[in-house]
Amino acid sequence: MSAVLASGLTDFLRDAVDPQVQADAMGLGAIFALMAVGIGLVFGVLRLINFAYGQLIMAGGFALAFASERGWPVVAGIALCVVVVVGLSLVMERIVFRPLRGQSPASMLVATFAVAFLLQSIALIWFGPLGKNAISLVELNQPVSIGSVEVRKISVVSLATALVALALLVLLLNRTSIGLHMRAAALDFPTARLVGVRANAVSAVAVVLAGLLAATGAVLLTVQYPTVTPTFALRETIIVLAGVVLGGMNRLYSATLGGFAIGYVFGVLGGALPTNQSQYLTSFVFALVIVVLLLRPEGLFTRGGRVVERV
Amino acid sequence: MSDSALAVSELEVAYGAVPAVRGVSFAVGEGEIVGLIGPNGAGKSTTLHAIVGLVPARGGDVTLRGRSLRGWSPERIARAGVALVPEGRRLFAELTVEENLRLGLAARRENGSARDALAEVFALFPVLEEFRRRHAGALSGGQQQQLAIARALVAKPSVLLLDEPSLGLAPTIVDLVFSTLAQIRDRGLAILLVEQRAQRTVALADRTHVLANGELRLELTPRDAGDTDRMIAAYLA
Repeated sequence: MSAVLASGLTDFLRDAVDPQVQADAMGLGAIFALMAVGIGLVFGVLRLINFAYGQLIMAGGFALAFASERGWPVVAGIALCVVVVVGLSLVMERIVFRPLRGQSPASMLVATFAVAFLLQSIALIWFGPLGKNAISLVELNQPVSIGSVEVRKISVVSLATALVALALLVLLLNRTSIGLHMRAAALDFPTARLVGVRANAVSAVAVVLAGLLAATGAVLLTVQYPTVTPTFALRETIIVLAGVVLGGMNRLYSATLGGFAIGYVFGVLGGALPTNQSQYLTSFVFALVIVVLLLRPEGLFTRGGRVVERV
Repeated sequence: MSDSALAVSELEVAYGAVPAVRGVSFAVGEGEIVGLIGPNGAGKSTTLHAIVGLVPARGGDVTLRGRSLRGWSPERIARAGVALVPEGRRLFAELTVEENLRLGLAARRENGSARDALAEVFALFPVLEEFRRRHAGALSGGQQQQLAIARALVAKPSVLLLDEPSLGLAPTIVDLVFSTLAQIRDRGLAILLVEQRAQRTVALADRTHVLANGELRLELTPRDAGDTDRMIAAYLA
């Protein structure tokens, strides 16, 4: 018995450090980090946990499938995805988030639940439970050699895309006046308005940026999971939300790290667990989340007591 | 009255059923400091908050050069040229001195260069230039108060409201705050100064209103500065 266990553990460890598993895990972590930033940005400025974030990605996925089925060029498909996701984000901001500004967090959370399931139901009516296929970028699943190691192209692309997107975001937040206004609004919204920061502008910009990140997430996720169904990205969103809370919801940096960490762990476990045990993956990850939160309730990547910028 | 920079007429504010400001009227002209003093809970801060749109007025009106501000959002009022130095300063402690000042630029109407605007407030408060890269939270109380005033001034407002700017400050800093106010009044700003330090306020301001229980009770001029305390005590007794 113990010999079986020991050999199982050895197999697991060997697979866990396998370069391909590591690369896939980092790629998944990168996508989750992008989603975490999107959720964290909106939370920072609007004080609202957008549970409907996954449905934005789902809508982007259907846009990509629409373009793919019609044989549109890849660029056109991505453009459609961005337009659909950002447009939907703005509509959501205008008719749900903005009127609820200043309401209790519980009301806002329930409102985003409602939006999430509304969008999911609409997708079910329009596209059916089996969904559509977005296969324009599916060849990114092919391997590429880096030195002596072969990894999937999408892992490299995901990591590179996330790094570029995050760098651009950091530049925007730190080097532009709208970025400064967003940081101020995240720290103290009433005082920011008092000095002349336009509440509607910062809220719209936060939502548009989160939408751009969701569209990016949709493009990258459809490569991994080309079948877009009405529940597309739902599980990932819940995992990312857990990651954001795990990392520390109040700070964009810690939320991003939390998103990356949970995606990475998810990827390593998914790659290293034997096939007959992979159905335990989600329960395993969430058991880990509970343990971490018990040990560090304020978040894994927050520095105790020190106040750092939220955005 | 309508040509005053700022005019408050018959202002009524209530928190729920509790009236906080009852029928208050006064005006502040360009190049004028008007003081507003009175005991805690008299309605001084509430009056300021109603002017800048943080609390809704139940009745009456606030006008900026004859233009009503009723129903405007705080950011719109700020952008129209009314700047508040709030009680407790309300700085962004985690942002640098310079970032706090750049935030003040959000409300600026004229499009001069940001550098010139910063240079002007640095001339008034040299310590802010020295510490421009420091976090606002790392400054001393007196430096923070200078930053709060500078953040308001950098927007080049036509009306400056100050809510107890001398609260908790060392005497030398209080001197600096009061002398700075006298200096910027001479540039044509309309200043409304809410204070606890009755005597100094009466001495500095062109007129000082005494507020009690949400109503204006008494108007004092610098001639009354010698025995302000006695006058107020006699009046409120």
